[in-house]
Amino acid sequence: MSQNGHNPQTLFEKVWNAHLVQAGGKDMPAVLYIDLHLVHEVTSPQAFTVLRERGLKVRRPDRTLATMDHSTPTTPRGADGIIPVTDAQAQYQLDFLTQNCQDFGVPLFALGTENQGIVHVIGPEQGLTQPGMTIVCGDSHTSTHGAFGALAFGIGTSEVAHVLATQTLLQYKPKTMAVRVNGRLHPGVTAKDIILAIIAKNGVGGGTGYVFEYMGEGIRSLSMEGRMTICNMSIEGGARAGMVAPDDTTFEYIAGRPQAPQGAAWDAAVAQWRTLPTDDGATFDNEIVLDADALTPMITYGTNPGMGMPITAHVPDPDAAGDVSQKLALDKALTYMGLQPNEPLLGKKVDVVFIGSCTNSRIGDLREAARILRGRKVADNLRVMVVPGSQRVKAQAEAEGLDEVFKAAGAEWREAGCSMCIAMNGDQLQPGQYAVSTSNRNFEGRQGKGGRTFLASPLTAAATALHGVVTDPRTVVGEDVTV
Amino acid sequence: MDPIRTVQGRLAPLPINDIDTDQIIPARYLKVTDKQGLGAACFTDWRYNADGSPKAEFVLNQPQYQGARILIGGHNFGCGSSREHAPWALLGMGFGAVVSTYFADIFRNNALKNGLLPVMVDEETHQQLISLAQEDPNTEVSIDLEAQTLTLPDGRAVEFPIDGFSKHCLLNGVDQLGYLLSLDEAVSQFESEHPARVNTRELSV
Repeated sequence: MSQNGHNPQTLFEKVWNAHLVQAGGKDMPAVLYIDLHLVHEVTSPQAFTVLRERGLKVRRPDRTLATMDHSTPTTPRGADGIIPVTDAQAQYQLDFLTQNCQDFGVPLFALGTENQGIVHVIGPEQGLTQPGMTIVCGDSHTSTHGAFGALAFGIGTSEVAHVLATQTLLQYKPKTMAVRVNGRLHPGVTAKDIILAIIAKNGVGGGTGYVFEYMGEGIRSLSMEGRMTICNMSIEGGARAGMVAPDDTTFEYIAGRPQAPQGAAWDAAVAQWRTLPTDDGATFDNEIVLDADALTPMITYGTNPGMGMPITAHVPDPDAAGDVSQKLALDKALTYMGLQPNEPLLGKKVDVVFIGSCTNSRIGDLREAARILRGRKVADNLRVMVVPGSQRVKAQAEAEGLDEVFKAAGAEWREAGCSMCIAMNGDQLQPGQYAVSTSNRNFEGRQGKGGRTFLASPLTAAATALHGVVTDPRTVVGEDVTV
Repeated sequence: MDPIRTVQGRLAPLPINDIDTDQIIPARYLKVTDKQGLGAACFTDWRYNADGSPKAEFVLNQPQYQGARILIGGHNFGCGSSREHAPWALLGMGFGAVVSTYFADIFRNNALKNGLLPVMVDEETHQQLISLAQEDPNTEVSIDLEAQTLTLPDGRAVEFPIDGFSKHCLLNGVDQLGYLLSLDEAVSQFESEHPARVNTRELSV
């Protein structure tokens, strides 16, 4: 029993139980109330159509926020200050979102406006993402918001319609997995390396059916941005949601943001948030452990995020794989990637470096990249794209002069959006090209048909940008790369 | 949605593990505002060469697998993005069920809401189905949703799990939104007891 006399509960269980409109069972899903619904242009059109066809309203437009991010160009603004959309189909989809938001009264951060950005960057930025909330979006990286101790997960378009119309979802209770990260990171090793190591260890399907709770000194010692990077990629480990218990780091991040509570309401909120962490004695269905101080920078070599390794390691040999299906998967991945078994990735020539995405496009990520690129030049014949996660991140970076650092180094400084992470907007690799990317997916064709992606941290991406070949950021001398 | 009781037909074997939704339907096809026509782009980068010609060696291009109703994928089918375009594309290509040892959570949810049956079987049955489909493309199996069984040509019926609520909805063509709308009073009660801490309408847009 915990101090309050109840059975000890996990963070997840507390948030889950607090949102039950109706409890579920084995053959009946629970009805879960949703505090915040984030919407973007790609997974919402058919949902709004359902509402229109059935004569329904958006139940809580005041708990709904739309943005434009996936199919939006990140090319520079014209002289008129407008970001030009040249893809007619994308324009139609964006116009449809605008129309839907007007018709249903949903606030919209439209392309080019001051708060627009990637859906998982704007929620925390506006102070909308708060501990203990339930947050959904038609986007699998909604897990990002779990960094605040929220229960946040991606949903399909049918479910987007459910939440628009009823502010609730039908959900079976997932299992819980404790992901314990002991120790602290060494300089040059980052939150991105932690999550790539977790997925490499546990596999892309290992979290299926679970919600992760990340804990331990290796998580506690991270900034909110680092925690968001980790929670963001929970889905790449198969878990729909990942959570971190809120603490002073969380509260400091939220304080003063547009939607943060103020005055007495702030004190009351913090007091309530402090009750959320997992109670002593609460149990998880499963647990994995990782030592942060044993980690080195990580990089992926294959075609799913679980195919990752220390940056100093060599590409695995399919003939040494555990079973036939693993061998086939590895053979297929290496063929697509154009890599040989036992080949080192350090020194591998790349064509593009992409710094951006909902995983790594926040101000801290850009500061890290700029720390390496300041006063230096990117390699010849290399395209380096820096894409801030939101217009506010972009403005902040420009206020700090980071844009000048990137431009002076020869990198492209772009408008905010998902960009080459999902390659829907014209920002894409050409067939056969290699990229080191700070994004979250290295699936075949993810960054452009035929493109080949090495996932890594912003530090590794920036170090690679300097030399045009995969580079260990710890070897970049003359700068403090401590994070 | 039309009620579904059985899916019967030939098998198409695609025994690749971790087939992600970017393969099922690449992101560049997500700029649509309806659900139509996605079948033509299903697995497009595995089906077609750069010049648009079909890749003859790809299983779904082979004549003996045309018209297959049941796709057999490898472990962890449907991982990656939440795009419901993935089940829409598979349905558009003519599949009524996907068989795997396990499915990614979001894909499974999306499939169930669209009448694409995610049929989870043990590894041995999975391997047997792949072999059957590869050795004799005319092999037919039948899936009975009510009984929750997949029946092999030798008459062996293998049970598969499906939650009772989804099963009820599929068998009766009930849509889940209708059910949630019927709970309006309970939701209002919940809202009155749990005032919102944020208001998106206060944001500067």
